Amino acid sequence: MVDNKKKRLLFLRVAGLVIAVVFICFGGFRGEMNIVLNKAITICFECIGLG
Amino acid sequence: MRFGYSVKRKLLQLIAFGCSNAHLLNFKGGKIYTGKWKYFCNPGLNCYSCPAAGFACPIGALQAVNGSMNYSFSFYVTGLLLAFGVVLGRAVCGWLCPFGLLQELLHKIPSPKLKLKKIFLYLKYVVLVIFVLILPIAVTDYMGMGKPAFCQYICPAGTLEGGVFLLAAHEGLRKSIGALFTLKMAILLVTILGCILIYRFFCRILCPLGAIYGLFNKISIYHLEVDEHKCNGCGKCKRVCQMEVDPVKFPQSAECIRCGACVDACPQTAVRLGFCNRKG
Ligand code: SF4
Ligand code: SF4
Repeated sequence: MVDNKKKRLLFLRVAGLVIAVVFICFGGFRGEMNIVLNKAITICFECIGLG
Repeated sequence: MRFGYSVKRKLLQLIAFGCSNAHLLNFKGGKIYTGKWKYFCNPGLNCYSCPAAGFACPIGALQAVNGSMNYSFSFYVTGLLLAFGVVLGRAVCGWLCPFGLLQELLHKIPSPKLKLKKIFLYLKYVVLVIFVLILPIAVTDYMGMGKPAFCQYICPAGTLEGGVFLLAAHEGLRKSIGALFTLKMAILLVTILGCILIYRFFCRILCPLGAIYGLFNKISIYHLEVDEHKCNGCGKCKRVCQMEVDPVKFPQSAECIRCGACVDACPQTAVRLGFCNRKG
């Protein structure tokens, strides 16, 4: 019972990390990082309350 | 000499605050950092329009990609949040979030301290779904671009870290102040007052990032556990918890920021925080 719980937890953690790496690579590959950079290096009018 | 979690945590919070906001000289000219580190997101909430900020804000970045012309789902930012969440869960809030540290400092201002009604804890999930996930995709202009609704209507971190400093430095920006700024300043003032009265008021009620990381507390590698054989039920851990969690009953509570106060308080050393499971 305890072992099953531990195995399930381990599976969820490993699966979560694998999905995270795949998502980061795929998002980076299709150019999402450029959108993040462009947004972050210009003053965001919405953030400062003017947009 | 053995340092408790309160000292270790404050130290790491200060280091994380400094690393997230290293470009202090930008305050002078009212500029923001425009270098390549802004490809990456900070784990905690830290507005990228803050002159000192060295990284992108994950909530701002998520809305920017989701609301962009070409994409309506950000694999990149979701992947980063997933990785931070699986490894640390809400320890990000407790140990790494710059706005979390600001809230804790505000709470040190002497005043009557209040408890929070449980029902308000759910508001942050509503904010996450409506303002961060739905509105930037659903409300778009003629080019198909959506605005970051959470930043636009709510985020007090942006108003404080970006708005106040940049507006102070630029007369041109000050001339554009309107109803939105008044709304955001009102939310900032309520947040400041709320944080003085209630521990981590914004973190617990409104923060969409806290909502996301809280969902990972059940599986996060950095976790809290209580040894039921050692615990004598004295309840000291519950009494010292400023997030109003009972770690014995709910060690994986979505509200636990892994601050370690309960670990320090337990006379039986029954509570433990760490990356590995207790042996045996
Ligand atoms: S402080 Fe320690 S002994 Fe007391 S209830 Fe909490 S875990 Fe059990
Ligand atoms: S349960 Fe313990 S670690 Fe979690 S927030 Fe409360 S005092 Fe901090």
